[in-house]
Amino acid sequence: MTTDVLIRVHDLQKHYTGKDEIRALDGMSAEIHRGEVVVVIGPSGSGKSTFLRCLNLLELPTGGSIFFDGVDITDKNCNINLHRQKMGMVFQHFNLFPHMTLLKNMTLAPVKLLKQPKEEAVQHAMELLSRVGLADRADAYPNQLSGGQKQRVAIVRALAMQPEVMLFDEPTSALDPEMVGEVLEVMKELAASGMTMVVVTHEMGFAREVADRVLFMDGGKLIEEGTPEEIFEHPKSPRLQDFLAKVL
Amino acid sequence: MAQWLLEMRDEFIKCFITKDRWKYIVGGLGNTLKIALVAVLMGIVIGSVVAVIRATHDKTIERMRPGLGKVLLQIGDFICRVYLTVIRGTPVMIQIMIMFFVIFSNARDGVPVAMLTFGINSGAYVAEIIRGGIMSVDPGQTEAGRSLGFGYVATMFYIVIPQALKSVLPALANEFIVLIKETAVACYVAVNDLTKGGEIIRSQTYSQAMPLFIVAAIYLLLVVFFSWLVGKLERRLRSSDH
Repeated sequence: MTTDVLIRVHDLQKHYTGKDEIRALDGMSAEIHRGEVVVVIGPSGSGKSTFLRCLNLLELPTGGSIFFDGVDITDKNCNINLHRQKMGMVFQHFNLFPHMTLLKNMTLAPVKLLKQPKEEAVQHAMELLSRVGLADRADAYPNQLSGGQKQRVAIVRALAMQPEVMLFDEPTSALDPEMVGEVLEVMKELAASGMTMVVVTHEMGFAREVADRVLFMDGGKLIEEGTPEEIFEHPKSPRLQDFLAKVL
Repeated sequence: MAQWLLEMRDEFIKCFITKDRWKYIVGGLGNTLKIALVAVLMGIVIGSVVAVIRATHDKTIERMRPGLGKVLLQIGDFICRVYLTVIRGTPVMIQIMIMFFVIFSNARDGVPVAMLTFGINSGAYVAEIIRGGIMSVDPGQTEAGRSLGFGYVATMFYIVIPQALKSVLPALANEFIVLIKETAVACYVAVNDLTKGGEIIRSQTYSQAMPLFIVAAIYLLLVVFFSWLVGKLERRLRSSDH
């Protein structure tokens, strides 16, 4: 593992103004190193999903800064679309495009955005699909797949853009229990291949086994971070101890 | 009975065969189809643009950062709303008379004027149909498109609008069918459409029932045919919904 910082988040704020102000993120700071697998855990409403969605500006932070590859992407003059091409994202509800075949789902962005020749994009997509065991379904539509299959396709769709980091927003939360394993398996392989990953999940087993570092968030802040061993075996803060007592 | 059939035959010959009067009907039918087709295409283009502006405004204006983009969007939304209100708030009959007798009073051929009028008119109804479709597409689809690096417009174009169009296709088809019938109004500004063809025959032969029923039957056939076509199209599009 290198110590090259890929994403640096400093004092991130996300406040919803309305009848009563909600501070989804309240001074969150963190660093993601290149090649590292970072798992973010925390109780629901702790801001972990908001944090992840701020990393590619799907949520606009109301304060603080995010440096990606040394560029402040919260700057108004920064072209976020270019940076998003380098940040793959996997969603809880897959969000495959239902009106396109799997192959079209996977080649749309590489062809239109990276200007890859069509044959090259198709070839690359087929390689990725066979990596997740779905090459024979390339011409199927997303609604013909099971949840686990959809999520595997969603992962390789993001990979087709050859991103520098992959963001996972509770990738197994919407799956039937028997399908969680196949998706986690793909993510483990991805981690082993050296991909930088930021994963928001409730799968403590995955965090323990795969993470290089675990971040524990609560109340929109980073409460504690450390190796899986430090977090799960020797939690320091009472809030983390309390959280682990409930989930383990 | 036989007597009545013979009378009908003579009536038919008088109305359509004598002096090649059927040409009024065929020519009129051609113009009706041309007007309806161009108008519906124009309506879909205008409607999509208006729908995207309105939906973008409604969905994102609160979350937008202040700046030029926000101001432009607000102006665009205001213009679209004025357009929708005026077009949907006035009879199409008045609209075509204003177009023909005021705005294009020098036009020699009424067909392009009718196309434009019905296109602008239809755009207002199509806009609200498509806007409903856009609003019904899962926001996750937009997020997925944006997260891959597509800009807002590209996401709309490749991902949201195709899904929106598909879900509103029955309503759009209905709009086209309404439009075919609505173009009959054009005969009042001397456009030689199907209705006008029947009118000409009526004034030349003094027969009432035969030309009117034939014209009605042709409209009916058109509507039935296009309904069937749309049904086929819908079934094909549904192949991704298994």
